[in-house]
Amino acid sequence: MKLHVVTTVNGEAKEFLCAPEQNLLDALRDELNLTGTKEGCATGDCGACSVIFDGRLVCSCLVLAAEASGRRIETIEGVAHGAELHVLQKKFLEHAALQCGICTPGFIVAAKALLERNPDPSEEETRYWLAGNLCRCTGYDKIIRAVLDTAAELRGETR
Amino acid sequence: MSERKFRQVGTRPIRHDGLDKVTGRAQFGADFSAPGMLWGKVLRSPHAHARIRSIDVSAAIALDGVKAVITGRDFPDVASESQVGGEGATDMRDLALNVMARDKALYHGHPIAAVAATSSRIAEEACAKIAVTWDVLEPVLSLDQALAADAPILHQNARATGDEPLPKGPSNLASRREMGRGDVAKGFAEADVVVEREFTTPMVHQGYIEPHAVLARTGEDGRSVVWCCTQGPFMVRAYSAKVLGLATDMIKVVPTEIGGGFGGKTTVYLEPLAILLSRKSGRPVKMVMTREEVFRATGPTSGTHVRVKMGAKRDGTLTAAEAVLVYEAGAFKGSPVGAGMMTVFAPYKLANVRIEGWDVVVNKPKVAAYRAPGAPMAALATETVMEELAAKLGLDPIDFRLTNAVHEGVQATYGPKYRAIGLIETLKAAKSHAHYRAPLGPNQGRGVACGFWFNAGLSSSANVSINEDGSAVVMSGCPDIGGSRVSLALMAAEELGIPVEHVRPVVVDTESIGYNDLTGGSRVTFATGMAVIEAARDVVKQLCARAAQTWGVELDSVRWEDGQAVASNGAEGKHEPLSLRKLAARASATGGPITGRASLTARGAGPGFATHICDVEVDRETGAVKVLRYTAVQDAGKAVHPSYVEGQMQGGAVQGIGWALNEEYVFDAKGVMQNAGFLDYRIPVASDLPMIDTVIVEVPNPMHPYGVRGVGETPIVPPLAAVANAVQRACGVEIRELPISPPKLLELLENAR
Repeated sequence: MKLHVVTTVNGEAKEFLCAPEQNLLDALRDELNLTGTKEGCATGDCGACSVIFDGRLVCSCLVLAAEASGRRIETIEGVAHGAELHVLQKKFLEHAALQCGICTPGFIVAAKALLERNPDPSEEETRYWLAGNLCRCTGYDKIIRAVLDTAAELRGETR
Repeated sequence: MSERKFRQVGTRPIRHDGLDKVTGRAQFGADFSAPGMLWGKVLRSPHAHARIRSIDVSAAIALDGVKAVITGRDFPDVASESQVGGEGATDMRDLALNVMARDKALYHGHPIAAVAATSSRIAEEACAKIAVTWDVLEPVLSLDQALAADAPILHQNARATGDEPLPKGPSNLASRREMGRGDVAKGFAEADVVVEREFTTPMVHQGYIEPHAVLARTGEDGRSVVWCCTQGPFMVRAYSAKVLGLATDMIKVVPTEIGGGFGGKTTVYLEPLAILLSRKSGRPVKMVMTREEVFRATGPTSGTHVRVKMGAKRDGTLTAAEAVLVYEAGAFKGSPVGAGMMTVFAPYKLANVRIEGWDVVVNKPKVAAYRAPGAPMAALATETVMEELAAKLGLDPIDFRLTNAVHEGVQATYGPKYRAIGLIETLKAAKSHAHYRAPLGPNQGRGVACGFWFNAGLSSSANVSINEDGSAVVMSGCPDIGGSRVSLALMAAEELGIPVEHVRPVVVDTESIGYNDLTGGSRVTFATGMAVIEAARDVVKQLCARAAQTWGVELDSVRWEDGQAVASNGAEGKHEPLSLRKLAARASATGGPITGRASLTARGAGPGFATHICDVEVDRETGAVKVLRYTAVQDAGKAVHPSYVEGQMQGGAVQGIGWALNEEYVFDAKGVMQNAGFLDYRIPVASDLPMIDTVIVEVPNPMHPYGVRGVGETPIVPPLAAVANAVQRACGVEIRELPISPPKLLELLENAR
């Protein structure tokens, strides 16, 4: 027996049917075709499936799809404003902060959540905030630089 | 060549595929689906070593929604035959048996059957209904156990190969080989100091964030199309065809974006199963591994036992070196011990060397290539012994290495004479780096280590086609894991003389380009890059011919300069230059569309050398090690896109730091991996690390038109020893085993009290 879920994703009203045990990650990917959110582990350890759930950063693999009912979900597909990239996205490109790119959506969603709470994070705060997002390619150096540079630009500082 | 002034190569443009990756649009292995698609799941062995007496799939087939079930009986017998890929040879029979067990399960997680059903949940339920009766056998879980006289034998019919003495009967020793030169005994007799140490490293995993995924669709004509995340679409085609007994042209492979590989995606696991399930069901079949499956049943690299003995004179000259390397292959022969043997002493001038390598099968997953396969564990031993020798001789570790460092003209310990190489340059750059002189506090230590990797050439094909407006498309068949597309585009742009933004690089399927060996061996920017340069030069030649035809002059009166044909050789100034744009616009009128192509087998991949410096602080209360500062210096030959060269250096260093400090496969007594998830198999996270400083040195590779060397693998070779040496200096303990995890270091610290 499937459940009918009515929710808001990236500001748009959405509805889908899901199995009671289905997680939000699978529902986003398989029911709503939003494949930008990635599965790296399905156990909440890698952060590749990071989304914003009612303003809170979560691993969508640890949220039941049915819990999305009546909530607001933001995914990587909603980070850019129409044809205009978010500063984070531009900085990830400029700093070469991605290699294979599978972890990139999760990092951008998580970093955006950080900067909305703390517009001036230290390097250490950034590293701890992003410790739940695994990247195996970059060694994190260029990712951290991209996030700190984004923060500076959003504060109106130029580096 | 070193005189050449580059206009585009060496700049840092934004990668062409980047936009899709920062917006979530890029499609990776698990992002594909097809109408009518089924979900496939694998039933895996619950035993590390067991004979399969029977498999009853009737209850699974009877389940509503199940469309196909396969077991070993559905696969043809495959003859033993070695196929060389990007990272060493694979025996096709072993591969077939690894993909799907027949008579025997050889590791916990070995595939026993697979199911395709209308949902993944039904496929899982069906797997649970497959009844297997087992004769459970004692598992072989360590090198010592494998080589003991009364060891249970994994492969009764196999016999050890290589250099005598070899066991005559069945054995878990797959091969034993020796190499060397000179007189080792004499060399050690000449030494003032001799150090001999033994090291143990555990199995570790590549840890790519994207699990293996595939979608296979088979038509009524029996032809299959396979979408998968792989380092080698042509490899998937060849290997799947072998395993399934199909002709090569029955399979087309479309490489998706790939979410990391590091060597772990240089073989097949799911692909033949998905193809067979789709053939049997007549429906597209999608299979995606869980992270647990990735750990239990795909590619780790070998656990190893390495003994290294080295001798040096008081002035720091090495006199002799000896190594015995014993590597776990996993369930089937073929550990990277051969590469370990060839790399173990590669950075040093040695007249007297003896190296022995053992390849041993155990009831653990079959190892796959992992970034400089076999080299990091060998370098751990050599570079730790080098550190101890330097200390005993009272020499600076970098000076000691400089005294013995290989350079152009030196005969490598593995055979050939080095052409121009950059080890000495990396050592000098490390020594003059501010990091090397920075003060250290209490419980802090600094370690240095060098690393070497051959780099591969192999076969590549590339096409460069000119669009009507003078922009260009670069096609290759090598999946781009870390920025190779932008590097290929840079090389085409350099030759054509147009901005890199006007070049679109694409990775195409196996039916859209000539054969390409896989992405591996740090070979794409080097070898595929060479093909792109040749293809672009082919285009330039055609463009010049069109200009000559337009002007009515001989071809040798046309020169290509800054993206335009210029009259030369006596015809200077007689004709207005013709830009690529103008020539492209007139292509139809001057002979048709312009496409260049090149197919080649690249020789002379320049070896890569690196020197790393690592500072750590040891917490004596907990045994935790914090990396405080890290500098990686590497010879890139010519850095085509420096940002992505730095990225390789940083990423490789951090994988090596993880290997040194955290990562290990933990097995219980039955051979079941106890930490098959990212929570317990702990790869480095952002808060574990400092920035990773990089210094690129450029000693051009004489065998590449731009001087390029591969850069991807070398950076994982030094860090194991750089970290171990730093820890030793920080707290005075002797590191002989990885990982240097808190409980292990705490024990060492307590024993030293």
